[in-house]
Amino acid sequence: MTKYAILIYEAESGYAEGGPDVWQEVGQAHGRFSGQVGEKGGKIEGGEALQPTSTATSIRGDVVTDGPFAETKEALGGFYLIDARDLDHAIEIARLCPARFGGVEVRPIMDTTGMG
Amino acid sequence: MAGAPGDEARRAVAEAHRREWAFVLAATARVTRDLDIAEECVQDAYVAALDAWARQGVPRNPGAWLTTAARHRALDGLRRDRTLRAKLPLLIVPGAEQEPAGAADGAIPDDRLRLIFTCCHPALAREAQVALTLRLVCGLTTGEIAQAFLVSEPTMAARVTRAKKKISAARIAYRVPEAAELPDRIDAVLTVVHLLYTTGHTDPVGSGLVRADLVERAVGLARMLHELMPDEPEVTGLLALLLITDARRAARTDNAGNLLLLEQQDRSLWDSGAIAVGGALVAEALRRGAPGRFALQAAIAAVHAEAPSYPATDWAQILLLYDRLIRVWPSPVVALNRAVAVAMVCGPQAALAEIEELERDGRLDGYRYLPATKADLLRRLGRLVQARAAYAEALGLAENAAERSFLAGRIAEMSRPTQGP
Repeated sequence: MTKYAILIYEAESGYAEGGPDVWQEVGQAHGRFSGQVGEKGGKIEGGEALQPTSTATSIRGDVVTDGPFAETKEALGGFYLIDARDLDHAIEIARLCPARFGGVEVRPIMDTTGMG
Repeated sequence: MAGAPGDEARRAVAEAHRREWAFVLAATARVTRDLDIAEECVQDAYVAALDAWARQGVPRNPGAWLTTAARHRALDGLRRDRTLRAKLPLLIVPGAEQEPAGAADGAIPDDRLRLIFTCCHPALAREAQVALTLRLVCGLTTGEIAQAFLVSEPTMAARVTRAKKKISAARIAYRVPEAAELPDRIDAVLTVVHLLYTTGHTDPVGSGLVRADLVERAVGLARMLHELMPDEPEVTGLLALLLITDARRAARTDNAGNLLLLEQQDRSLWDSGAIAVGGALVAEALRRGAPGRFALQAAIAAVHAEAPSYPATDWAQILLLYDRLIRVWPSPVVALNRAVAVAMVCGPQAALAEIEELERDGRLDGYRYLPATKADLLRRLGRLVQARAAYAEALGLAENAAERSFLAGRIAEMSRPTQGP
């Protein structure tokens, strides 16, 4: 098995405008997703939702600024860390990951053992 | 005195490079579990063959000889230096971790499909899929691939290296896709082969119309895929399409290298043997029902190829096939080609309406065949001033010398004062 990150990129405005109903629906969708990963033969190793980019602080060198590192229409809003057999399996799982206001990116985790 | 065996060995090695590269590399990658190391071992095996075959004669099965030599090298390397083993070994799944039982007595499993599906994995960019296929499946050097696609060698080398790194780091499995995903994955492979063919067929910026080496590589790949997947109708369809299209090669330009349209071509120059083989493949692909885009394109090409002349072509049948094609493949390029058939069945006025619809659609902006087709319809309607403007627009977009000279000729024709009725 290999570890992959599923990075969830979405337009934050979707949640801001959608109100509590959207939050509830998305929450339930993520609950279903957790179950589906196991059914597909994968495993969720971890994951978190992030506060919106309005709460972000960026640091580049010595300079600390308010806001996310890069201003984009769709921002990183959360991630899962999963175990999958190979990239096809990871993509199959990532397709199920809720991201109604955007999409997801799959990235393999680097094995840093032996890198000192 | 030793010239003859040396020459024979050289010829045999060159032949084996063309015919067996994919087989040898695919089988070696299973042992090395690293594409770079496999390539090195296979290169070494071909070099060793030059000498060995000159001394001992050409073996009965050159592919097996080369594979055994390459795998010995790989195993020696692994034994000598454990660090040669890649940090992220190629992911060989499933159930193929062990060699089949008969492997020891020389039966080498055919892994060419694993190799080509890995090279054409949808997680790789199309241009990377094309480059990897030429490099790993056809055995072309990075320099040759760079030349074929008109980019610098360092650019192409970087593209190949990046793609190989992604296969390893993102764990793209070295395997044939499962049945459920097979149609999509086959389509990706066929798209790459077709792209190679079309790039060679109308050398986009070159002076000749056909870059023969790319065309031959594409036809060779289509044959290989058909041999390995004889029951896949789209694979059969692609091979038929390439054979029938290529059968017209000798008639596509005149002696001066000028482009000739289908209606101007000398049909006696067409390769009737290739057309017959292609036609039989089309029938086979269509028999399986629910034909896909390659089988339908091949069917259209077959109707053209079997027609005695341009006007005597079964245009109603062609239009019918385009109607089916646009349902399975709703692309504006298909709509443009369909408009040509509409012109033949319903007249240029009806076709012009479809072309104008496509212009409004906007997806073909900058596509030289849109104004070129429009110009031809306007010419046939006698609207010569507008035709001239459309030819000029097409000329502004065309880069191939043969196409440019054709369009310039048409513009000159449109500029002459109109002759009598």
